[in-house]
Amino acid sequence: MKNKLKSQKTSTFLSHFFTYAFMIALSIIIIYPLLITASSAFKSGNITAFSLDFNADWTLANFQRLFSETLYGTWYMNTLIVATSTMVVQVALITLAGYAYSRYNFMGRKKSLIFFLVIQMVPTMAALTAFYVMALLLGALDQFWFLSMLYIGGGIPMNTWLMKGYFDTVPKELDESAKLDGAGHFRIFWQIILPLVRPMIAVQALWAFMGPFGDFMLARFLLRSPEKITVAVGLQTFISNPQNQKVSLFAAGAILIAVPISILFFMLQKNFVSGLTSGGTKG
Amino acid sequence: MSKENQPKKLKDEKKAMLYSIIPGIGQFYNEQKFKGFVFLGITLAFIYEMIVFGANAITGLFTLGSVPVEDHSLFIMIGGTLQLIIIVIFLAFYALNIYDAKTVATRWNKQLPVNTTAKSVLYNVYDNGFPYLLIVPAYLMMAFTIIFPVLVTLFMAFTNYDFYHIPPANLIDWIGIKNFTNILFLSSYRDAFTSVFSWTIIWTLCATTLQISLGIITAVITNQSFIKGKRFFGVIFLLPWAVPAFITILSFSNMFNDSIGAINTQVIPLLNHLPFIEIGQVAWKTQALWSKVAIVLIQGWLGFPYIYVMTTSILQSIPEDLYEAAKIDGANAIQRFKEITLPMIFMVAAPTFITQYTGNFNNFSMIYLFNNGGPGSVGGGAGATDILISWIYKLTTGTSPQYSMAAAITLIISTLVISVSLIVFRKTKAFNMEDA
Repeated sequence: MKNKLKSQKTSTFLSHFFTYAFMIALSIIIIYPLLITASSAFKSGNITAFSLDFNADWTLANFQRLFSETLYGTWYMNTLIVATSTMVVQVALITLAGYAYSRYNFMGRKKSLIFFLVIQMVPTMAALTAFYVMALLLGALDQFWFLSMLYIGGGIPMNTWLMKGYFDTVPKELDESAKLDGAGHFRIFWQIILPLVRPMIAVQALWAFMGPFGDFMLARFLLRSPEKITVAVGLQTFISNPQNQKVSLFAAGAILIAVPISILFFMLQKNFVSGLTSGGTKG
Repeated sequence: MSKENQPKKLKDEKKAMLYSIIPGIGQFYNEQKFKGFVFLGITLAFIYEMIVFGANAITGLFTLGSVPVEDHSLFIMIGGTLQLIIIVIFLAFYALNIYDAKTVATRWNKQLPVNTTAKSVLYNVYDNGFPYLLIVPAYLMMAFTIIFPVLVTLFMAFTNYDFYHIPPANLIDWIGIKNFTNILFLSSYRDAFTSVFSWTIIWTLCATTLQISLGIITAVITNQSFIKGKRFFGVIFLLPWAVPAFITILSFSNMFNDSIGAINTQVIPLLNHLPFIEIGQVAWKTQALWSKVAIVLIQGWLGFPYIYVMTTSILQSIPEDLYEAAKIDGANAIQRFKEITLPMIFMVAAPTFITQYTGNFNNFSMIYLFNNGGPGSVGGGAGATDILISWIYKLTTGTSPQYSMAAAITLIISTLVISVSLIVFRKTKAFNMEDA
């Protein structure tokens, strides 16, 4: 009996030990690359690689150089314009469509839902040449509206699915009782259901907003002038040329993107956890 | 009394449909003047459009232009595609028109109310068409940014559009399935295609399975009740998802540099201090195998938080008494995990897992930003770590672009991804289509 208790104690100890060991090891693996990137932003001198050493001279000059020597400020503004317009339009479109799919039974509903699922798997990349030709025809190279439209359209199928899934979690009895009270289509949508899906709307807004900050391919392909590119494309030029590495400038620029986005991310984190699972289960 | 209730033929459905061969006339016959005028107007507008623009656009689609410089083959192709879409939409309208003539005639016969005034027709459109009003904006946007470009790409795959044929200086011609036969039979392209394709499959399977299992393992481990500082670890584990991926990939790209990168100069020397570990310098960027290993590991780092978050919330929704009951029945921890936890996770998260696989199949940024598809070359302009999508990018943006070849490869992989995922979706019943 005593022995059994003892062995149980050691096995609990071991399981606790390995659990914490795993979590700490994983934390180190996660933090290390982020930390050495971030710390490079505050190092003076011309460094060519990220590394962890605390003997360097610390400085804020890199941030200053970023705005005086490069077009970083312009790029940041460009990205904000593209991201904001993408966010507003995309959220509006998918909210409307998701509501229609969740609440109405109309001709072609099922077929078009499957169509969404299929079209969602075609990579945006698939039509790169077509985008280019369209841009030529419309004079839309270097134009933010065109890029923004491509982001919006590309995000519609998957996000409409997720939005529909979330709308499905709002009980239908709500609409029915509102209908009995004489509320019209628009009022039921706007005043009764919409306020209840705010968490999901916040999540979708964040994702749509983050997209242009992270996209590289389309932006690089469609924006050609140095003063028109987005921040991702711009930062890549700092680090892609082996002869002319501006690693500390890259790091400084990266911090100015990553910090605000991460803060938004953690603020909305609770919402998208529920959004994800409910969207997934109800399909 | 009984005579009055006899359904008497007010309108003849066949006649109504026959009249509707010219849209609008059938509606006049059904005494819906307003609708009739609108339908007639749409038809006239379409005929006018066909005469002014459409007829030329369609013939252009066949010839793709005949005079170099004057005719821009690409613009002609785009115009023709646009016209095709217009025609399809009109045909749909035409079918709707005949269907409408028939149903309204039936309503007359069954003595159901029929809207004859403009106001009531418009209200009816609003009332029944409300869901369509809601989805039309999304569809318009998709038509412009997905459907139309995909159609153009589809056409392009059957042309000879490449750096020898750049309009308007040169014309583009239809060449049938030659691009596809080249991929299959021309040795230079076939070798590149097989090599890139097999690496794409390996990459997709390894990277995605790694990120999913790492995510599930982390979630299961951190979900144990005794753990302190859950919130602290929770924030750290989410960081790879919160920080934009292109930043971390570029950082990793620098870290994995053979001569100056932090992995070779800091991490490996540090690990060598540990007992029994002896690792030399690894050629992360110049040896294909090590590049591949690095890319898979980095994708695991980047992709696991999403799965971790999702799995954690699933775990928290599994009722505790399920485990208690299993315990009483004598199931040990491993059995409980296999029989309760895993099935629960897969039931909820299967669709997400599938999208993770398709996502990595097309994960352009990871490949392109880490080492630009390199090192080395496997022919056709592709490097050793290039996956199909990044190869397409190179074919399109390189110094001697092969647009039509890129389009043909695009077509092949899209068909592949779509059919495989549809089969998987159906097999796993991931999306319950009964409900949809």
